[in-house]
Parts: sequence; structure tokens; C-alpha cells
Amino acid sequence: MAGLRLRGVHKFYGKVHAVRGIDLEIPDQGFTVLVGPSGCGKSTLLRMIAGLEVVDEGTVEVDGAVVNDMRPKDRDVAMVFQNYALYPHMSVFENIAFGLRMRKVPNAETRERVHRAAEMLGIPELLERMPRQLSGGQRQHVAMGRALVRDAKMYLFDEPLSNLDAQLRDEMRTEIKRLHQELRTTMIYVTHDQVEAMTLADRIVLLRDGVIEQEGDPLELYERPTNRFVAGFLGSPAMNFVPARIEAENGGLGVRLPDQTVLALPEGRRSAYADQVGKTILIGMRPEHMHRDREGEQRDGFGRISVTVEIVEPMGANTLINFHLGETSILARLDAYAAEQPGQKLDLLVDMNRAVLIDPESQRVI
Amino acid sequence: MSDAAIHRKPLFGRTRRRMTARFAVAVLILIIFLFPVYWLFITSLKSAAEIFARPPVWYPAEFNLRTFAVLFKDGDVWAIYNSLIIASVSTVVAMVLGTAAAYSLARFKTGGQNLAIWIISQRMIPPIVIVFPVFLMFVWFGWIDSYVGLILLYIAFNLPYVIWMMRGYIEDIPIEVEESALTDGCSRWQALRKIVFPMARTGIFATAVFTFIFAWNEFVFAMILTRTEVLTFPVLVTHYYGAQSTFWAKIAALSVLGTLPVFFAVATLQRFLVRGISMGAVKG
Repeated sequence: MAGLRLRGVHKFYGKVHAVRGIDLEIPDQGFTVLVGPSGCGKSTLLRMIAGLEVVDEGTVEVDGAVVNDMRPKDRDVAMVFQNYALYPHMSVFENIAFGLRMRKVPNAETRERVHRAAEMLGIPELLERMPRQLSGGQRQHVAMGRALVRDAKMYLFDEPLSNLDAQLRDEMRTEIKRLHQELRTTMIYVTHDQVEAMTLADRIVLLRDGVIEQEGDPLELYERPTNRFVAGFLGSPAMNFVPARIEAENGGLGVRLPDQTVLALPEGRRSAYADQVGKTILIGMRPEHMHRDREGEQRDGFGRISVTVEIVEPMGANTLINFHLGETSILARLDAYAAEQPGQKLDLLVDMNRAVLIDPESQRVI
Repeated sequence: MSDAAIHRKPLFGRTRRRMTARFAVAVLILIIFLFPVYWLFITSLKSAAEIFARPPVWYPAEFNLRTFAVLFKDGDVWAIYNSLIIASVSTVVAMVLGTAAAYSLARFKTGGQNLAIWIISQRMIPPIVIVFPVFLMFVWFGWIDSYVGLILLYIAFNLPYVIWMMRGYIEDIPIEVEESALTDGCSRWQALRKIVFPMARTGIFATAVFTFIFAWNEFVFAMILTRTEVLTFPVLVTHYYGAQSTFWAKIAALSVLGTLPVFFAVATLQRFLVRGISMGAVKG
């Protein structure tokens, strides 16, 4: 059980400023995901928490005590590495038991805990094997077992699923979430995959170029991104950004798109943009926030656009279509069978309560 | 397997002839390489008359161990003992120091890009070039004809090789495995002992064997820097060549004795050596 706090943490690799003043509090017993594109400093941050990298500036605190100079072995963290990092000269049993042996846990207890961890991960039959005799997925299980057998303060995961194939990755993701719900310990998980981040996290910390872009619970980041990067990073397929202009119309406010359509802003949002009339902006629309309009009725909070379908990608559960608004190529996720063929003309309803408006200069959501 | 695939390769005929030819070539090559060894061995067991007989005696009438007895009685086998002490001690020390230095180079990038190259470049100097400066230095230190002198020299000479080899083997160990050990509760030293050394075991054996063989066979320095007390076996062999007469039996017998330790070392460590030599080429 531990409260972890980072204050003004910096890391330099030669001239590269990899981590630039991170302030972060990791909630006890929570599942925190550090996510961001490669090179954003997320792994470096995790390694500094583990004690594998020197903190160049700032402090890492556990339970209020600064641990900057504490060796990894004294920090009581368990870590799962991307390439599993199993000990090739030891059996699976010894791999899992290693951390307990180093901490002088009695033999009988070690045996019992290793078997319990193996049961939990469904690998009791692998205990006598050597790592080289295992498949990638099995190695991953052993790496997880090696961490879970420990009674550590914190569990750190450095992209543990990125070397697995898609199906196994989905299974393991569920598995990890289940383990966290059972164990209720502090877990910090690094990934570049926003799906993993959204599905696993209690709390997402989204990083770019060594700074935190936004943190919060997954749906908060998804629904209320504070800038264009966050809006574009979370969600799959990604949010569409279209240049537009805020205009006054019929006593209300609207957003004029490149094809001259005006999407009315819902009443609740008007006051926020009253002083922005005439301003050029980017409107961000998620693919799943557009629907086919079959009835032609006016629905509150929705704006209508008429489009010509260019590409239809049926996914079974839903259908992706591609079209253009002015110069911008747009992707929309419609209901299954909502579109049939390229060239088809459709009316779409855009959920204006969930669209985001972005200042193109500051890239911030306004 | 389909029928066609089974019948494509006839069991008799062409394949069998080819196998016979291969076998014959292999035997021929083996004879060419083993004959000198056989001749050395057999010469050590011949009587003087048989050694100088013409046509040569291919197989002595009796196994004559008299020459070996003479070597033991005269104390000439002492040279083997000297060689063993000098080669073993210098190998152990070079391995310990070299592995530590290699670890530092591999993991902490000590000295940046160039230190490692500089270290291996020390090995490019032909020994003969520095043998006289070293001789003068040794005279000054009083190390001529002493164990400590030759041992220090062989350590210095083998260190670059050990460092270079061990650096490669250590770099082949994924650093995450070590980091995993650190988070599992190892100190740096424990991670080395429990993870890095076992994983680099084949490399350690291979490097140690080659280091030992170098020290065992080294001739130029031993020739110049020893007199009578710590003669090593390659130097003593030359003492049997003379202007008037050459003691072929003694040369052969001492050579046999000098070959045996290396032979047994390599035979017992062969399992590690084969893997050791090919390891490092491909990342597992």
C-alpha cells in the first residue's frame, strides 16, 4: 500500500530532455496508465519510479519519503518488462520464486505462493519447464507470475502486451484487469496503445514530449479533452478535425463548415462561445458521434450534414464510411447497413453536444 | 510424406557411393592432421636407435617409457609445473579483472565509444617489439626469472582479449534481465552472480580456455625473461636442440607432457567451447 508522488521530475539523456518537469500523484490501489506516443517519456518515468534510472531533477516520494537514491531492491516494486526478461537458466518455478528467494521467504511458503500464482495465471503445468520451451504467450504469463507472486508495494508494467498477437493481447488485457480487481494494489502501466489505456485504467496520464498533456479518468479524457492532441490520441478511429468558423445565426450560434453548412450549437453551449463570433476554429467530431438521418426530422442538439460516401467499410457490428467536407477527409462510424455503396448521398446527424471546438493557434479546446 | 518424396532419394546406388567417397575424404583429412600428433607420441616412446632408423620406424617394437623417466629424474618436468602455475594464475586474474572491466564497458559505457577500441588496439602490438623495453624494466624491478614477472606480463597481455570477448558476451545479455533481477531484490553484485555470470557461462569458459592456451604456449617473453628458476615448458623444449646433438626423444616426451593438460582441459570443456564460439553471433 503506497502513495506515490512525483515532484518536478526531469530526465536528460545527453542533450535530449526526455522528461520535463512532471508533477504527478499516483493514487493508492489504483490502476494508473501512462500513455503516449513513442518517445514521450512514459517508460523513462516508470523506470525512474522503479529506481532503474537516475532522477536528474525533482523528487520521487513513496509514502512521503524521498526515494531518489534508494536502490531498486529496497523500493519494493515488482516489474513486468516488455520482452519478459525471464532468467533463461532457471526453470519457470525458479523464475517465479526468484524474488521470494532474494527476500529470504521460507521454502515452504515460497512453494505455496509460487503454486498459487501459477494457478491464478493458469500455468501450473509449466512450472518445471525452461523459458526456451515456452511460447510467447506463456513467457508473458511467467513474467506476470514473477511479479504477482511478490507482495510488493507497487506493480509496474512496461508495455507487457506489445509483443503478443492481437487475440492473446485482448485476453491478457482482460486477465490483467481481473487481477487488479482481485488484488486491489497500486499498479502503474505503460503503453502506447490507447485501447489498452482506456480499457485498463482507473486513471490515465497522457504524455507527450516529456510533459503531461492531461490526466484524469478515461471517460473524462475521452469526453472532455483539453487540447487537440488529447482529443486526437484517444478514440479509435481517431477524431476528425475540420476547419470551421463560429457565426451568429437566427439569434443563436452556429459553426460554418467548409461546405457552407451551418451546424447550430446547442443552447447550453452558446454562452461559452458568445464572444468568439467570426473566429476561425477547428471542430472535432468523433466518428461514433455521427449517425445516419433516415427520417429527416430535426433533433435537438444535432446538426445535419449532407455527404457523398466515398468508401464503405462494413465491420459487421457497424459500418465505417469515408467522405469529404471541403478539403478534409472524414471517417464516420455508422450503424451496420447504414450505407451501401460509394457515391451514395446520405444525411448525417452530428452530435453537437459532444463535438469539441479547438483554437487552431493554441491547439487548446475552447 | 508423399510416395514421390520417399522415392526421390534412392537408398542404394548414387547416395551410397557418395557417402563412401565422403567418408574416405574425411578419413584422409583426419590422417593428415593426426599424423604429426601420432609421430610426436610415438617418438617419445621410441629407443634412440628407432628414432634415427632409416627407413623410419612407423611403430616401435616396444613402448619405451625411459625418456619420461629421465625427464622426471632430472627434474625437467618442473617446467610443466611452472607453466601450469603461470598459466593458471594469470588466466584467473585476467578473467576476474577483465570481466569486471568488460561489464563496466558494456553496461555503463565507461570511456564512451573509444575506450574499448583503444584497449583491443593494445593487443595489436607485436610482442617482439616491446620485449627489450620490458626486459630492461624487469631487470630494474628484479622480476627476471620470477613467477610474478611472467604472471603480471601474461595478465597484461591477455587483459585486452578478455575484456573484448567478455564485453561482447555481456552485451548479448538483454539488460532487462538484469534490471528484472534488480527489481526482484538483487543488489548489483547479486545480479551479476546469479544472473549475468550464469548466462555468460559459455563465454567465460571459452575466453578462459583461449587465455590459458595463450599463456601456456607463449614463447618469446618466456625465452627472454626467464633463466633457470621458472623455465616454462616451451622454453625448455628449445634447450634440447643443440649444435652438436638434438635430443629428439626428450623433445617428444616433454611435448607430450605439455600437450596433455591443454588436451584434457579442452576435452572436458568442449561442450561449452563449441557453444561459446558460436554464441554472440546471433542474439538468442
